Amino acid sequence: MIEQIIIGTLVTGGVYALLAVGFSLIFGNARVINMAHTGFFMLAAYGLYYFIRRLGLGAAPAIVIIVPAVTLLGILAYRFLINPIREHHAAVLLMTVAIVLVFQESMTAVFSSKYWSIPSLIPGFTDILGVSVLNQHLLVLGVVVAVIAAVWLILARTKLGIALRATAQDAEIATLMGISVPRTLMITMGIATFLAAVAAVVVAPIWTIYPAMWAGPLVMVLVVVVLGGLGSFKGSIIGAFIIALVQVSVAILMPSYSYLKVVFAILAMVIVLIVRPGGLFGVMFEEERL
Amino acid sequence: MLRRLFKDFRFGLLPVPGRIIAIVFFIVLFIIPLINDSKYTLFVLTTGSLLVIFAVSWDLLSGYSGQVNFGHALFFGVSAYTVALLHKYFELQPWATIPIATLVAVGIGVVTCIPALRLRVPYLSLLTMSFPLMLLGLVMAFKDWTGGEFGIPGIPPLAATHVGEYYICLIVMTVSVLIMWKLTDAGSKYIRTGLIFHAIREDEIAARASGINTINYKILAFIIGGFFCGLAGALYAHVLGTVSISYLSMTMSFRAIIYVVFGGIVSIYGPVVGVYTLQVLLQFAGQAGQNFLGQNQILIMSVIVILVLLFMPEGVAVWIRDKIERECPRCKLTNGFWRKECRACSAPLR
Repeated sequence: MIEQIIIGTLVTGGVYALLAVGFSLIFGNARVINMAHTGFFMLAAYGLYYFIRRLGLGAAPAIVIIVPAVTLLGILAYRFLINPIREHHAAVLLMTVAIVLVFQESMTAVFSSKYWSIPSLIPGFTDILGVSVLNQHLLVLGVVVAVIAAVWLILARTKLGIALRATAQDAEIATLMGISVPRTLMITMGIATFLAAVAAVVVAPIWTIYPAMWAGPLVMVLVVVVLGGLGSFKGSIIGAFIIALVQVSVAILMPSYSYLKVVFAILAMVIVLIVRPGGLFGVMFEEERL
Repeated sequence: MLRRLFKDFRFGLLPVPGRIIAIVFFIVLFIIPLINDSKYTLFVLTTGSLLVIFAVSWDLLSGYSGQVNFGHALFFGVSAYTVALLHKYFELQPWATIPIATLVAVGIGVVTCIPALRLRVPYLSLLTMSFPLMLLGLVMAFKDWTGGEFGIPGIPPLAATHVGEYYICLIVMTVSVLIMWKLTDAGSKYIRTGLIFHAIREDEIAARASGINTINYKILAFIIGGFFCGLAGALYAHVLGTVSISYLSMTMSFRAIIYVVFGGIVSIYGPVVGVYTLQVLLQFAGQAGQNFLGQNQILIMSVIVILVLLFMPEGVAVWIRDKIERECPRCKLTNGFWRKECRACSAPLR
């Protein structure tokens, strides 16, 4: 029981962390609430399914094709659809919703609304302290740790990271310091979509693939990001594991009421928001303070 | 009295093309059953007029007072489920279920605004978006009472005939839209809410500094929005005869936003145009799923929305209004596009 909860929390929390960090980055830098974020996640999962099951490619070449393709698609969507209307906040939001609906409907048209699955990338079990763990779960954990560490290093140590953080704090001053804000935002969108694609590739063999698979993770990512504080890197990761713990424990301890996992996750978010309106680690910006 | 009405007609309505179009549109809606009373046409138009109330109440709450609500389906779904449960367990008829359900939706509006009052836009939107999903989880968890994913069927219709149902919904829609239009009219001499909602949206701190109790007015916005949305939900449940979890889904909340932003946000007529273009016209063009258009309705709707947002981000209705009407720079009176000078103060236009 306990070990199931621990493994489930780590795997689900890791996936949510990857998604939430990307969502939080694009919100923090461009002030865009990107409802299409998990749409890219869904596209990558479908891509993997297409290459492995329909074309019969190996996992490695499929991943090498899909992750850059989805990232490029994200950058193009940002450049041609979101960037021209960035001043209208409601319009941007609706645009991202429309984008994800287009993804969902075109996937339904191509692959029908059936449920698909793909084989594990690494089959088999490993014994850790007497508990047998699926190798695929270990792969998810390894990839999550590696990718988040890489993103953290980019943000903290490189010139690009400084430019990203400067844009997040104040886009006008960043422009004055010689940072090209539109280019920075495109790179941010690229990183965010890349994270979503990586999350999809590692988790697709565990979760089922269907056209509405973006909706569940999107809700959870929103809950995680609000809980941790919008735009906060540390908050997204910690929030992801808190929400995953709540969700996995409800699913394992009360299997007949597993629909309540959403209720409990949202309840946790509402309580945090009532106590701390900025989230756990959120930075309240001057113009957003009441 | 008659002379006053004639004067209003002659000087307030005839010179403004937008108002003529609106009046003609409503007259056409009222005489449609005389021309074509097929069941399908009237059904599409009936649900269309309920969706108009739904979308306009979102525009009032989120467009005017700036409380951007991503979970507007909450009020709609709560009221529809109240109707269904009242009918299933107490066998109440429409005259009792609709007022009770609307009041429940208002109550829910008050409850949601308690956490919402402390929050600003991004957090507020995400919080309100989560409420209907929470309720959806509860509905799915207690399947024995709520019917789970199959919903509750067998709700009685509003009236014996389709024409009767059509007229009930159309009249309720016209009255609700008129009331909401008056409530949000910033130029009104008698009702202050419109001006105050504008002030809260533009700058809440400045509104407070001018002596407006913004908290009361935000609660009022939630109550008005909840009331009309609940009314729409209760009627919708009776018209369709069944409730299902799709009433509470995220797609339902986004439908309101799609109609409003398509037509033009912060304009009561925008959502009306949005619903009648995106919902009703697409339904007729799709012929109930018989052709390509009908089978890929959501895809086409999304593509239209993307194009509209790229090329006219203020919304279609506002874009058209700017083409056919001109505001006098001196006295702010609306003029038709054909005039070179203002009709009141004869100042040159543009």
